[in-house]
Amino acid sequence: MDDLYRDYILEHYRHPHNFGVIETPDLRWEGANPLCGDRITMMLDVRDGRIADVAFTGRGCAISQASASLLTDELRGKTLDEAARMSADDVLDLLGIEISPARLKCALLSLDTLEHALAEGGPPASPGDAGTPAGVDAGGTEPD
Amino acid sequence: MAEAVDLRGQVADVLPLDPYALRADFPILRTETSTGRPLVYLDSASTSQKPQVVIDAVDGFYRGYNANVHRGIYEIGERSTAAYEAARASVARFIGAPDSREIVFTRNATEAINLVAYSWGRRNVGRGDAIVLTEMEHHANLVPWQLLVQEVDGDLEFIPITDDGILRLDVFEVLLRLRPKLVAFTHVSNTLGTVTPVREIVQMAHAAGALVLVDGAQAVPHLPVDVTDLGCDFYVFSGHKVLAPTGSGALWARRELLEAMPPFLAGGEMIREVHLRRSEFNAIPWKFEAGTPDIAAAIGLGVAAEYLMGIGMDRVCAHEAVLTRYALDRLATVPGITLYGPPADQRSGVVPFNVEGVHPHDVAQVLDRFGVCVRAGHHCTMPLHERLDLAATARASFNVYSTREDIDALVAGLGEVVRIFGV
Ligand SMILES: Cc1ncc(COP(=O)(O)O)c(C=O)c1O
Repeated sequence: MDDLYRDYILEHYRHPHNFGVIETPDLRWEGANPLCGDRITMMLDVRDGRIADVAFTGRGCAISQASASLLTDELRGKTLDEAARMSADDVLDLLGIEISPARLKCALLSLDTLEHALAEGGPPASPGDAGTPAGVDAGGTEPD
Repeated sequence: MAEAVDLRGQVADVLPLDPYALRADFPILRTETSTGRPLVYLDSASTSQKPQVVIDAVDGFYRGYNANVHRGIYEIGERSTAAYEAARASVARFIGAPDSREIVFTRNATEAINLVAYSWGRRNVGRGDAIVLTEMEHHANLVPWQLLVQEVDGDLEFIPITDDGILRLDVFEVLLRLRPKLVAFTHVSNTLGTVTPVREIVQMAHAAGALVLVDGAQAVPHLPVDVTDLGCDFYVFSGHKVLAPTGSGALWARRELLEAMPPFLAGGEMIREVHLRRSEFNAIPWKFEAGTPDIAAAIGLGVAAEYLMGIGMDRVCAHEAVLTRYALDRLATVPGITLYGPPADQRSGVVPFNVEGVHPHDVAQVLDRFGVCVRAGHHCTMPLHERLDLAATARASFNVYSTREDIDALVAGLGEVVRIFGV
């Protein structure tokens, strides 16, 4: 009866692929959607311009976690350019379910986190420039 | 059906209202969702549904006598002014204000709190002065005070809560040694449903020389409220949560306070005399109602107040107490559920919960398929969720038209959540 919670979505939610930690990743970003309390930290190992390994940790709703699981599967082996060209439609296609406007942020948190990881998730440019980038806001306000 | 209702000692032996009879007054409750299910509206803490009399009042204004207030020397202008001011008198009676000139119409509770923070706050709170809030305030009763103390270099202090959402008055006692200028807190928590002991807090605050602002956004729809009896200095609420249109709300404050306060917004309506370089301000409450108000919404608020006074707020309160108890009992049977908040005798019609292993957004999404509307998220109380170490919660909340069948539908829907997610 429920189109959103297809078996494979629930399977990715319960047993997400690539869930874990890469100890010293080349690229890393922590994305959050404060509206829902969804969080995803994405870690990438890059070799010869290609994504050799990818992992994520996080917590959140079924849609955000399944989307991270599906997206990270897709990323392994891609060049950084190919990864950077991943679009919202690509992620929605991977999910393969109808996403209502209210849940779009959940579905696209993993892509948003990936984009930040690629653009600014590298090690600090200068040695004095400490601290890992984390805690980007996906934005949004909640009326009550 | 008649159970004794004990809300912090206010034992009321009244017969609860009959929600089944009242439901006929709410046209939206006869509608169906796109999946062909009857609407089960359990998000009244977010905004309430509107009875036909309120819809008719708004409609009647626009069809019959739409004109600006306090201006037109013609019949419909006089009618609109009279209706607008009659609404003010209804609101005053509804919350026990001794004088209707102490009622300032605002767009909502948020605007009323901002009015106090800007007007009273910027004149009376200075460097090093403290304002005491609680850990469970809605952002509307937190952020305006953050801005104020940042601007004047003051301090915010917070009355902590216990894990089930009861205010720690022993800590409050200690905080009062800081001689705060203001204590501002919610009458009913929008997230946990806690009914706070307003009279006790007011007495303690006044003894320490502080004024008291009470955020009544979640209390006015559910409890008999009498500001004179509560003894507070400022009381605010939103019309849309109390069966009235969006765009209506009110600030009540003691007359001397309002008279001493500088205007908040400036422009037409709030002035008596304007010269190029100075103006004289209007009397209260109009001094605080700059510009053309939401006349239709205010008239609707007056009608909603009369409607509820006709039912009797003690009967509303008794109804919701019975329903809350029923909801807590029924929900406790759902596998993997955690219920938050104080015991039934210290709470109003708000029931927050989580189902183990399922994010509240997923809970709400599945329930939506059954026509069941609940809120999921942080309910504009992020610090409270942090305090309770929760990312988010789902919340069912009630109003006069809520029934046991609504709760049964919620419980049935949660059964489906459990089935889908295999909790
Ligand atoms: C306790 C409390 N205070 C203030 C508000 C703000 O109300 P409004 O958005 O109508 O200004 C709300 C709304 O949810 C509330 O629950």
